[in-house]
Amino acid sequence: MLEINNLHCKIEGRSILKGVNLKVKKGEIHAIMGPNGSDKSTLANVISGHEDYEVTKGNLYYKTNEINELSASERAHDGIFMSFQYPVEIPGLTVTNFIKAAINESRKARGLDEMSSREMLKKIREKSSLLDIDTKFLSRSLNEGFSGGEKKRNEIFQMAMLEPELAVLDETDSGLDIDALKIVANGVMKFSNDDNAVVVITHYQRLLDYIVPDFVHVILDGKVIKSGDKSLAKKIEDKGYDWLKKEKK
Amino acid sequence: MDFKEKLLDSHLAFEQDVDLLHPIHDYRKKALKRFESDGFPTKSDELWKYTSLASIIQKDYHLSPTSESNIELKDVKKYFLNDIDSFKLVFVDGIFSPFLSKTTHDGMDICVLSAAISKSKYKKTIKKYFNKVVPENESLSSLNTSYTREGAYIFIPKNMEPEDPIQILHFSTGAQKSIWLQPRNLIVMEANSNVQIIERHQSLSDHKVVTNSVTEIYADSNSHVDYYKIQNDLLTSSLIDNTFISQEKDSNVSVHTFSLGGQLTRNNLRFYHKGSNISSTLKGLTILEAKQHVDHNTLVHHAKPNCESHQDYKGIFSDSSVGVFNGRIIVEREAQKTNAFQQNNNILTTDKSKINTKPQLEIFADDVKCSHGCTIGQLDKQALFYLNSRGIPEKEARALLTYGFANNVLESVKIPNLNKRIKKLIAYKLGVNLGFDL
Repeated sequence: MLEINNLHCKIEGRSILKGVNLKVKKGEIHAIMGPNGSDKSTLANVISGHEDYEVTKGNLYYKTNEINELSASERAHDGIFMSFQYPVEIPGLTVTNFIKAAINESRKARGLDEMSSREMLKKIREKSSLLDIDTKFLSRSLNEGFSGGEKKRNEIFQMAMLEPELAVLDETDSGLDIDALKIVANGVMKFSNDDNAVVVITHYQRLLDYIVPDFVHVILDGKVIKSGDKSLAKKIEDKGYDWLKKEKK
Repeated sequence: MDFKEKLLDSHLAFEQDVDLLHPIHDYRKKALKRFESDGFPTKSDELWKYTSLASIIQKDYHLSPTSESNIELKDVKKYFLNDIDSFKLVFVDGIFSPFLSKTTHDGMDICVLSAAISKSKYKKTIKKYFNKVVPENESLSSLNTSYTREGAYIFIPKNMEPEDPIQILHFSTGAQKSIWLQPRNLIVMEANSNVQIIERHQSLSDHKVVTNSVTEIYADSNSHVDYYKIQNDLLTSSLIDNTFISQEKDSNVSVHTFSLGGQLTRNNLRFYHKGSNISSTLKGLTILEAKQHVDHNTLVHHAKPNCESHQDYKGIFSDSSVGVFNGRIIVEREAQKTNAFQQNNNILTTDKSKINTKPQLEIFADDVKCSHGCTIGQLDKQALFYLNSRGIPEKEARALLTYGFANNVLESVKIPNLNKRIKKLIAYKLGVNLGFDL
């Protein structure tokens, strides 16, 4: 589904990714770990098509197509979703109107009719109850004055509504208490199936107790330096990243 | 002969058609003298520093239509708010159209000023209110007064309220290549009365039209007025809107101004407080492009204690468009416990667009709460990416952010049909069709 080959990129002239390789297949859950400043979030931004990141070398393939040149919205239409580490507050735009616009723009791009209000409402009800979201919350301005937990739940709610094929979750656990973490992780696990793929970016192993990955990758200095199964995450939890840094040398 | 001279000379011809013995003719003559000595405002006037009328007063305009123009309902129906048969005062090239209008004298008067001037039963009201809240030192208002003949006349007696909003619509047909229109509206609200009014000026062809309009509103105790101005005219049209509001105790008046179209628009909006516990609301949403120019010049004159005023103006400027916001608040010594709020937020989407914003507070009382603020910025790039990443393309994302930015001005529009209509105008203006009712 996603194949990243020797990806290098720059932001404001500074090199950040220095040859990342990653293969994600349908039905898989991958975790990307790494210490602070190891460019984990950069990878998420590059996959979802942030304009500020310039790919200088290497390729991004999604469903066998090269997507280096596609805009963020085109990638979204094609089924790529990114949950933001810091979701942006947008005063004056309600969660409901935002989600309606997002769903219908994607449908428009795929040549489908707009979703009927009735169907939309039904889906909103179903997905919001899944994430324990109060419907009152849906008529509030997007992320404005939301707590950290509400913002992250809202991200996963959007994912559930948009039903992407590839979901990249950037630090979805940061700022969550354990109860919120369980709700969010449960939402992700319910979303995950044989036809989609999830890439979870996280600092801590904690989240991976609930979102169980098939593969774990460690990024350091702009490269994937180690890949393994979920036991790798456990090892990092116990020993930190220092042994990997030494191993790399 | 320049246009000012033409206006002075043509007054003789104008006088042939009006009742020279009516008391308001003294106001006309006095105002003409005032206009003769003051002339059109120039950039050296402090209140006109950022707006020049030079481009619109160079021309030689017709001051009245040469013949009555026929327009049909189908030509203008789309500008009516709803299909239901609500009160409408429709003027075509400055002349009242009974055919397109719906007036009443049943329990309240919703009719035209010319009728109110000519009929003796209105004499008392006209004498009591006409030109009483118009300041002498605003020369464009003087010019309008000197040519007073036609406009809306609305009188809502004690405890009354029209069922539906009243629409005042001015159409210009282009029967003359260029025309200078000067409608004059008088709105008198007795105690405990309520009204909602929507005013719109619309050209039906791309001829040159300038409207220099004066509206006087008298809101007696505990009356409630919601006034909505839709300024979405063609780029060949200009509007100078002079609106003066006199409020008595416990009254509540709001004016919303939606400035989306037109070449040059100047809004002189003045509130004068005559009693305590008054609430005044001034809201504006300006979305401009090309070389459009909109100037909001507001004044709230707090003269009595325990009153509040709320000003909230938002602007979005593209291409080489220019905005001006000059918001004056005066708080007299007597006006203790005043709560005056003013906010002006702007987004510039290009390097060539421009906003001049100038809050002006003159406070002579010592126990008041006054706040003001202005911002000038761009659409947030990270917010754009957030929307893009959800599948909302660039243009639509910009429109949604703009809509979000403008939304609190829309929220207070209390007429659902109007709210929908304005959202549609905004979506159209932003060139998008979004998946929900914008």
